[in-house]
Amino acid sequence: MRTFLLYQRLLIKMNDLNNISLSEIIKLVKSKKISSLELANHFINNIKKGKKLNSFITTCFDQTINDSKNFDKKQNFDGLLPGIPIAVKDLFCTKNIKTTAGSKILENFVPTYESTVTSNLWKEGAILLGKLNCDEFAMGSSNETSFFGNVLNPLENNLVPGGSSGGSATALTASLTPATIGTDTGGSIRQPASFTGTVGLKPTYGLCSRWGIVAFASSLDQAGPMTKNVEDCALMLEAMSGYDKKDSTSINRKKENYSKNLKRSIKGIKIGIPKEYRVDNMPKEIEQLWKNGIDILKKSGAKIIDISLPHTKYALPTYYIVAPAEASSNLARYDGIKYGYRSKKGNNLIEMYEHTRAEGFGDEVKRRVLIGTYVLSSGYYDAYYLKAQKVRKLIKGDFDNSFKEIDAILTPSTPSSAFKIGEKANDPISMYLNDIFTVPVNLAGLPAISIPAGKDHKGYPLGLQLISKELEEQKILNIAFAMEKEIDFKQTLNRWWE
Amino acid sequence: MKDKFDYFIKTENNKWEVIIGLEVHAQVTSKSKLFSSSSTKFGEKPNTQVSLVDSAFPGMLPVINKFCIEQAVKTGLGLNAKINLRSIFDRKNYFYADLPAGYQISQYKNPIVGEGSVTLDMPYGTKKVGIERLHLEQDAGKSIHDLSPDNTFVDLNRSGVALMEIVSKPDLRSPDEVNSYVKKLRTIMRYLGTCDGNMQEGSLRADVNVSVRKEGEKAFGTRCEIKNVNSIKFMEMAIESEAKRQVELLESGKKIIQETRLFDTKKNETRSMRSKEEAHDYRYFPDPDLLPLEIKQSFVDDLKNKLPELPDKKKERFINKFKLTPYEANVLISENNISEYFEEVIKTADIKLAKNWIIVELFAVLNDKNLDIKDSPVSSKNLANLVNSISSGEISGKIAKKVFELMVQSGDEPSKIIQDKGLQQQSDPKKLQKIVQKVLEKNLDKITQYKAGKEKLYGFFVGEVMKASSGKANPKLVNDILKKELKK
Repeated sequence: MRTFLLYQRLLIKMNDLNNISLSEIIKLVKSKKISSLELANHFINNIKKGKKLNSFITTCFDQTINDSKNFDKKQNFDGLLPGIPIAVKDLFCTKNIKTTAGSKILENFVPTYESTVTSNLWKEGAILLGKLNCDEFAMGSSNETSFFGNVLNPLENNLVPGGSSGGSATALTASLTPATIGTDTGGSIRQPASFTGTVGLKPTYGLCSRWGIVAFASSLDQAGPMTKNVEDCALMLEAMSGYDKKDSTSINRKKENYSKNLKRSIKGIKIGIPKEYRVDNMPKEIEQLWKNGIDILKKSGAKIIDISLPHTKYALPTYYIVAPAEASSNLARYDGIKYGYRSKKGNNLIEMYEHTRAEGFGDEVKRRVLIGTYVLSSGYYDAYYLKAQKVRKLIKGDFDNSFKEIDAILTPSTPSSAFKIGEKANDPISMYLNDIFTVPVNLAGLPAISIPAGKDHKGYPLGLQLISKELEEQKILNIAFAMEKEIDFKQTLNRWWE
Repeated sequence: MKDKFDYFIKTENNKWEVIIGLEVHAQVTSKSKLFSSSSTKFGEKPNTQVSLVDSAFPGMLPVINKFCIEQAVKTGLGLNAKINLRSIFDRKNYFYADLPAGYQISQYKNPIVGEGSVTLDMPYGTKKVGIERLHLEQDAGKSIHDLSPDNTFVDLNRSGVALMEIVSKPDLRSPDEVNSYVKKLRTIMRYLGTCDGNMQEGSLRADVNVSVRKEGEKAFGTRCEIKNVNSIKFMEMAIESEAKRQVELLESGKKIIQETRLFDTKKNETRSMRSKEEAHDYRYFPDPDLLPLEIKQSFVDDLKNKLPELPDKKKERFINKFKLTPYEANVLISENNISEYFEEVIKTADIKLAKNWIIVELFAVLNDKNLDIKDSPVSSKNLANLVNSISSGEISGKIAKKVFELMVQSGDEPSKIIQDKGLQQQSDPKKLQKIVQKVLEKNLDKITQYKAGKEKLYGFFVGEVMKASSGKANPKLVNDILKKELKK
């Protein structure tokens, strides 16, 4: 018996934990073929070898080892994530573990509390590996705005992983964590998922609690899973979601069993194809990808329906009024008084504020705080913020109308594949354009998933996005699950960073 | 008391009317804060009643305290105001050291309570003052500048405490009316238990808007806002000095600049704080962390049904049922505790006597000792007993005052004091007859004068009899006997 177990363990090593999914890892743990400690050591080792990728801001290996040993002692396999080490985006406050939001202003901030979403993961048996790099306060689409530096896309040196959950996407793709969570305000989960060939889901606004997540734009922020496949995605969503009375915008409803109810079902389903998403200058490859997706759906028995979402073209400008407006107010608390960075310069309160915020925030954050302050100013409020809110209602109305006759919408996730570091750093508008397909979903509060669907001529992955109406995560998970099988996306990494 | 309104700033050529509107900030009586579960207890050690929400830590979210909503709705009902079933919390953005989030959660365009009114009893009649709105908001913390020459300290205990801002229409016309208005608001809120109105603890403060116009003019003048005045006396002083300042400016051909001013209580003058141009741009917008507040009509109705009898109603009842004068009724309803005390006493005692004893004797003692009626050394039961002793003739009104004094000192029952000190009224006709006879025998000369027509001397005889009985003689019996004897 003993020899048999040893043999099995050897097999696992050969199988390589880097190439299997979270769900498979969980099976190994549950069948006691691998211990939590062995898993922890494996991922810690990967993280140590993956320093070049710069995907981690903070690691807490002592705690990880401790927690995994405790798990192995207790052997409680009831949770959805038994003994699974997981790294999370550094926007989730973690008790006694530094939480920076990618900013200098929170460089040394250690929360005394744990975000609801991460506590949900720990309750399901998961163990924290560390905190993942991200754009500063989640403002960015390339992870280049982080105070802690760029994150590299494991596909290729010099390539961005997308953002703002860039560290999460890279750590997942490079198997520095078996799964992870990010936040998505305008595409921050789906775009990096698309750029790295992984799966990312932004849930319905209110499905996951925002309590304990460093806020960027409160009416748009949602936490969501980032995983290697759809099955893992369903599992992680199930683990992290749920009503929280500490978040007034949290939806009070029964928790769903996404993983148990996951099935490949497309037959008879009606998929909308919005004509407004055929934007000018969209690369042919992306159009082809979209077409392939449509063909797969058709082949699997779905009905394709052309739809119109007429206000789509206003989504990006609307987003870039609403999000900065809320951000300008949300970030006012970083003033050097109570916690976080405080400049030594300044002779009075106002000067202290000015120096603290000038030194503590990066350029992109400053840009958005300025835009937000401007659009909320008296005399401009009606023309910008109020109008944006009205347009937002129209955008939501477009979706509501189309969901009367369809089940889900299929679009590309991004208008391009991953770009080079520095390529768009000095051109904020072209950077913002990256979010053109993802932003409308946040404005409407809908769930959407991005799944890897192909590659461009450079071999960079491209994603397709499925959108449903509120609280129909199960539906898009099921469609994605079916498409995933048909697409059979494969990606081999040569682990050049090790 | 004047029976006609007469508050004008009179100058050589003009009579100026003063227009006043008030924004009263009333702290909601609630154990916990508006958006967090921290305690609101006053006077605790600095920064000991502060949650992560109150100090605006990253990722913290506000959750509305339902009790504070009830309190605001109750207050709205007490102000005869429209309750808005849908209201919105907005962020009022500004930077200050004692404002941890960099914004105050308040209600801007859609307050929880709309228009209502308050009725004042002025010497010249009743006056209705319009209420523009009531909204809920958070208080800020406190900056303490005088503990160190180089540092400012911040105490966040108050941060997040619920306030009701009650905005009046510009319907007030004199410091007296303001006095009456604030007191009336306070009475209503104390009846409702929604604000304790304690000005020393800052539970009630006001921003005062003042403008002036010549008598008879229709249009309002440019107003100035005097910020954060924390006592009724200071409100009256600030209005007078500000109105005078404005009149002086206008009469010397200058213009009023719309601005925010502060009242310097030592110099008794207002000074400019910031002009309209320098005014903060608060960048109000709906707080995305909170959904619009929606309440059901049944929620409002339930509260309405549970509302206590309010001051105006009670006053009406006191006047009609107990035949009190409006003045007496006003005094007795001014505090719920007082009216309860009064109603307790008159359950067993004579109304006419009881009201006088409360308004005159008891209030003098309470004022003197600076006591609330609920801490009165004379309980309602004991006062009722005292009044009954007078009614029954056991003691005279004069002796009663002596007994009352002893009751204040000891807290004892009147019967015990009367017994111990032997203060019962002398009502035995035979004994009284003897006393009267003794007095008359000593004053034969006075009898002669009396009989000769000097009738004033009657009082002298009464006085002598009372003296001889140590004040205990029953005055009515003394009268009867004396008159009979003098006729002999």
